[in-house]
Amino acid sequence: MIEVDLRLARPGGFALDCGFAAPGEGVTALFGRSGAGKTTIIQAVAGVVRPDTGRIVVGGEVFFDAARGIDVPIEARRVGYVFQDSRLFPHLKVEGNLRYGERRCRAVERPIRFEAVVELLGIGHLLARRPHTLSGGERQRVAIGRALLAQPRLLLMDEPLAALDEARKAEILPYLERLRDAMRLPILYVSHSLDEVLRLADTLVALRDGRQVAAGPVAQVLSRPEMLPVVGRFDLGTLLECVVARHDGDLALSSLAFAGGELRVPQVDRAIGEKVRARVRARDVAIALTKPEGVSVSNLLPAVVEEVVAQEGPYADVGLNVGGVRLAAMVTRESVARLALRPGLDVWAMVKSVAVDSRNPDFLSPGGLTAPE
Amino acid sequence: MSMLTPEEWTAVTLSLKVAFWATFWSLPLAVLTAFVLARARFPSKSLLDGLVYLPLVLPKVVVGYLLLVSLGARGFLGQYLDAWFGIRLIFTTAGATVAAAVVSFPLTVNAIRLALEAVDRGLETAARTLGASRLDVFFSVTLPLMLPGVLSGALLAIASALGEFGATITFVSNVEGQTRTIPLAIYSATHMPDGDAMALRLTLVSVVLALGSLLLASLVDRRIRVMIGRG
Repeated sequence: MIEVDLRLARPGGFALDCGFAAPGEGVTALFGRSGAGKTTIIQAVAGVVRPDTGRIVVGGEVFFDAARGIDVPIEARRVGYVFQDSRLFPHLKVEGNLRYGERRCRAVERPIRFEAVVELLGIGHLLARRPHTLSGGERQRVAIGRALLAQPRLLLMDEPLAALDEARKAEILPYLERLRDAMRLPILYVSHSLDEVLRLADTLVALRDGRQVAAGPVAQVLSRPEMLPVVGRFDLGTLLECVVARHDGDLALSSLAFAGGELRVPQVDRAIGEKVRARVRARDVAIALTKPEGVSVSNLLPAVVEEVVAQEGPYADVGLNVGGVRLAAMVTRESVARLALRPGLDVWAMVKSVAVDSRNPDFLSPGGLTAPE
Repeated sequence: MSMLTPEEWTAVTLSLKVAFWATFWSLPLAVLTAFVLARARFPSKSLLDGLVYLPLVLPKVVVGYLLLVSLGARGFLGQYLDAWFGIRLIFTTAGATVAAAVVSFPLTVNAIRLALEAVDRGLETAARTLGASRLDVFFSVTLPLMLPGVLSGALLAIASALGEFGATITFVSNVEGQTRTIPLAIYSATHMPDGDAMALRLTLVSVVLALGSLLLASLVDRRIRVMIGRG
């Protein structure tokens, strides 16, 4: 369990105010555009930045408590910190870098083994190399390994992919997924990329201008209207936890089952019964009062209107309940009036497009799904 | 080296000895001073800054005279050095070493300070998150990364100590075999009726030594930069 509650103000007007609890396992994403205060939060958790007031507790150990005057020094916190710019030691070879933190840790406290980390990150062939001879992606993998071998109780990752091009990102993401699944280690992951968040995170803390906008399980947080200024109207949507129900090889389609029904999607590279995440953007959900006939859209789901929130400009956010699952839709205010949409009304949701997570390349549209800068 | 007379040879070895030990003893203090000047923040810092660089701009005779009144046999510090530790600096090689160390100190500090300021502090933060204490970080990250600066600073100090004249002759006088380094020997030779040949030979040695240490400095610097991955 990670509890963060902190406030700080800096000359120049930047102020940060946030409080959230993250589970003791899995990835918690700190998400928001640049300048939102994401990095400051993990710097405070690492002890690099001291908050004005607040409390930081990791796995029951108090790292910082302004009221009680507790401020554990950086080196005693045992957090693995992966920086955006790697920060490998140029005077040490890759192996020396990897062992730097390991050596500073008592042998009995080393559950994370050198060989296992090297294998996990695929860096065995790099051990004798100097950091400046590595590619950006290799450098970042070594930096992750170095942080892991310091035997941290928490891994902090500050936009570890931001300095990399699309190809390098795609190269590293699978390693991060393996890391998340193989290590029983909580990870705080800073990102301004919704793609990365959706692929990796279980919990989402959304920040805007130093303020916490929302926090909670990714699927729940993402469809909330208050996420709009964080992700932008273009990307607001719903994340559905699904199970692969069947494949239709002839048509190259798969069916995904979720609590509210089934979705037909382009064939996914997963076995039947496997869990996948499907993402439906609010702007890809249209609403009909009666079951549409003669339309090309294949995903038609019966739904009940839960909430209608008119936004500034032409649009309104409509919260639909599909078999107990909340689905965000975005229609024009004109349509709301024409269809007389109101809470309790039975409608049909027409899902025009579904993106299925990770291994489907469509999910990682180049340059897409990124918080607006 | 049969081209040199025994007297000249004495001056050359003495010069090397003085320059080496002056640098050797002042180096740790120079690293510490550079660290304080580059990193620490305290009210009287500009005063310390000025004090460190003073020997660079003062006439060397003034530096020598200040050493004489402070560390001389009857100097306010010198009398205790003699009484408590039996250390006499006047007319001795130890005194010549002190004079050379004081004069070359600002150059050494400056070279080390520049090297230190070039060290990426983000690397030091990274080292601390990996469990290293501040002292540990200094020896395992900061010092290795500033090593080229420290070594080229040391070689620069040796080169400038080899050329020290004013402070030495004022502080510890011109005693053959004790304080008569190459510059002092040349000075003496120019006062002798047939000293021209000797002065010329020692001048050549001076040029060779100075050039050699500068070349060595740039060679070492390059080798280390490659070694620590900054080439």
